[in-house]
Formats: sequence, C-alpha cells, structure tokens
Amino acid sequence: MLNEIRQTVKKLFNENKIDVFIGFCEGTLPLRTTPCFITTADDTDKLVWNSFCTNNLAVYLPRFFLPKPRGKEPKWPRVGILVNGCTGRSLVGLLQEKQIPRENTVIVGVPCDGMIDIKKIKGIEIIEGTEKKGSIIIVDKTGKEKELKIDSLRADICLSCSCFVPPVYDYLVKGKGKETVVPYNGVEDFEKMSRQERWSFFEEQISKCIRCYACRAACPNCWCKECFVDQSLPRWAGITNDISDTMFYHIGRIFHQAGRCVDCGACVAACPVGIDLRKFTYKLIMDVKDLYEYEAGLSQEEPPPLVTYKPDDEQEFMTEP
Amino acid sequence: MTPRTEEYEPTIVSFLCNWCSYAGADLAGVSRIQYSTNIRVIRVPCSGRVNPFYIIKALQNGVDGVLVSGCHPGDCHYISGNYYARRKFALLKRYLEYIGIEPERVQFSWVSAAEGGRFAQIVEKVINDVRKLGPIKSSIVKKL
Repeated sequence: MLNEIRQTVKKLFNENKIDVFIGFCEGTLPLRTTPCFITTADDTDKLVWNSFCTNNLAVYLPRFFLPKPRGKEPKWPRVGILVNGCTGRSLVGLLQEKQIPRENTVIVGVPCDGMIDIKKIKGIEIIEGTEKKGSIIIVDKTGKEKELKIDSLRADICLSCSCFVPPVYDYLVKGKGKETVVPYNGVEDFEKMSRQERWSFFEEQISKCIRCYACRAACPNCWCKECFVDQSLPRWAGITNDISDTMFYHIGRIFHQAGRCVDCGACVAACPVGIDLRKFTYKLIMDVKDLYEYEAGLSQEEPPPLVTYKPDDEQEFMTEP
Repeated sequence: MTPRTEEYEPTIVSFLCNWCSYAGADLAGVSRIQYSTNIRVIRVPCSGRVNPFYIIKALQNGVDGVLVSGCHPGDCHYISGNYYARRKFALLKRYLEYIGIEPERVQFSWVSAAEGGRFAQIVEKVINDVRKLGPIKSSIVKKL
C-alpha cells in the first residue's frame, strides 16, 4: 500500500497536477508519525502510512484557501491530501461549508483498518517502536523488547468506525480496510447513570482541562477565524481557572459541532490530559441522527441539519401549560 | 441567587420573541392577570435570534431557570426563524439533560400574541418546576 501511495504522489508531481501534498512522515517520537507537506517528487519517499497515523489531515486544508483578496483573482495552490475514512468525511464537511474548493484539491484515498491508541500502552517507557505484520515491537529504557498485538491497541474510535474508505476521492489506493465494526455503547451506558452521577462525571472530566485548546486545534471543523472563546465582547468563556468557564468552553465547542462532527477522534487523541470527549460529542451525533436522520460528512449535496428545517420537526420537548 | 425570605424563590430569565410571545406577555399585563414575579423578561426580535450560548450564560450567572418563547410554527414574523430555533433547542435541551442539568430548568414554548392567559400559565408552570428543583448546581455558577 505504501509503495502505491508514493507512486501515485510522484506521478501527481511529475504531471504537475499539485503544488503541495499533505501526508505523513516518520515522526521524531516513537510510535508517532508527523503530518508533512511535500513539495517535490523527490520528497515522496518520506511518506509513510502505518498504524501510527492518528492525525486528521483535513485540519490543514482550510489555511491554504484563505479568503480571496478584494479585486484580485486568488492564487490558491493545488493541494493533494492523503485521506482515510474519517479524514475523508471531515473533508466532505469542509466542502459542504465551502472552506475548500473542490477543483484545487486532489484526494488520494486509502483504505484504513484503524490506528493505535498510544494511551493503551501502560507501564512501559517507550524508546523505540516499529510495526511488523500485525504487531508492534517496543524497545523500552532497559533495552528489553516487547511485542504487542496491534488489534489489542486499536483506538476505540477506530474500532467503531464503519467508514473504511473515504466517501470522495480522486485516486483510491488498493488495500484491505477494516472488516469488523464494534458499536460504541458509551452514550447508552452513560444515560443509565443517575443525574447526579452524570454531572459528577462531567465535572470531574472538565476539571482536568488545562485550556490548551488542542482539541480545537486538531478539529477540522474548528476553522473559524475568530473562535467564540477568543471573543472578549461578549466574553463567553472567561480565561479564569473557574470550572464554570471551562464548562462553558466545552459545552460551547461541542454544541458548535452539532450536525458537523464526524467522530474522527482527533480531539480525543490530541487531549494531553485524557478527557473523555467522545462521550459528549457522540451524544450530539446520535441526537442528530435520531431527530433529523443526518450523518455528517457523507454527502456534499445534503444540507446540514441546522441550516434547514421541516414544518413537522419533533417538538415533544416544548412546554405546554 | 440568595433567597429574600426563608423560602427559596427561584429566578427565571426569559427570552420572548417581540412579535408573539412578548405581545402575549403584554396582553397578560394589560388584562391584569396575576402571576408570580420571579420572571425577568428579555425581548428579542425572534426566537431564532436566541443563541444557545445565552441560555448557558444565564445559567452561569446564577439564574435558576430559562424560558425561551416564540411564535407558533408557521406564524413567525420572519417566516422561518422559529423553525431554526426549534431544531437548535431540541438538540440543546437533550444535550443539557445528558450532562446532568435538570431538564425542567430550560424550557421552550410557543405563545402567540393573543394568548395572555396561556403565557401566565406557562410562566407559573416553569416557576413551580424550578422551585421544586432548588438553586442551580454551584459548579456551573461563575465565581471569578
């Protein structure tokens, strides 16, 4: 699969179809790759594709296509991007919201069978890690090697993903994607808890937050030039360490994803303190599916749920005297 | 909010749409209909104008309940504002209930300009519901 990716990208550069390609390269830390921006055909040998590619690359697209200068034609580059299922869905979301032009984007799709979650490896200080045929060989500080099966380390969000191939692509690399889908029950389990328990869980998760905004930086849907958090008039989420401000930030950001979140897990993977954001984002995904039969990121033509309406929408929640 | 007497009295903030709900409330006033005074009214041009953040901000500032009221579906002065509001608030209400805020604290209703009595009934219902729940959880109230 990796060879075919490199050949496709080299061909794109040789035929002068793209100016820059967004992919993954070898990372500086073990068990991580880093997003990279290739500009020449020679650099395509740096590209990698393995089970450590957790980032959602669609987050880098909108910044290539900043709004057009007044009175002039925009000089936008032609950008190629390597996408798997979840990245592809984010890309469709960006196309829907007109943040990227389809004509300037070349999408190289690759079937994905899930990435590992580094937080699942506990108790070992990893110095080196390599992937080999379904397992990861880790070398720790003492030089001891340990082999772990990739299937035991896959991220929960990848286990429940049913979108192994991106919904839109220009080239699709041949390969085998996922085969099984493990449904996510976190929201149903959470709803079984009592109200006080749910609030305590929410409070406890939010109190871990250090307001680094990594979740916002990693999310492709957070492309706003001015985020509500940075607004000072009105000051929505204050910059104090009062927990109510952090609660506002999270409630606000997750609510802004209503109807747009594609459950890619970039925010969960990016969080340095390990807040379980998926329990809260997934609730909105389920509600949108339940109320308005809409799943984000699958179709470019369907209007998002909050910019449209039906005269007979559900209104059980309304108060009657 | 600190109670004025030994008995706890809730504070409710309401966002009423200018053309229907606010007019309905005004009619209740003109008709001298008595209802509890715990409610504070904010007039907005349309229920669709109400940003869900206003509701969360109100709860952060210590109010115990929020009521948002608009025109009946099909009667919006701006044609479709209340339809968009309905979608937003359906999601917001489910979401707030999920994270542990009692659903009776944030309520939504349709009140038309002719429904003065109904407005008073809805307000009484909201105030009674919130009075039973007590003051809002302290961790969401901003202290700094």
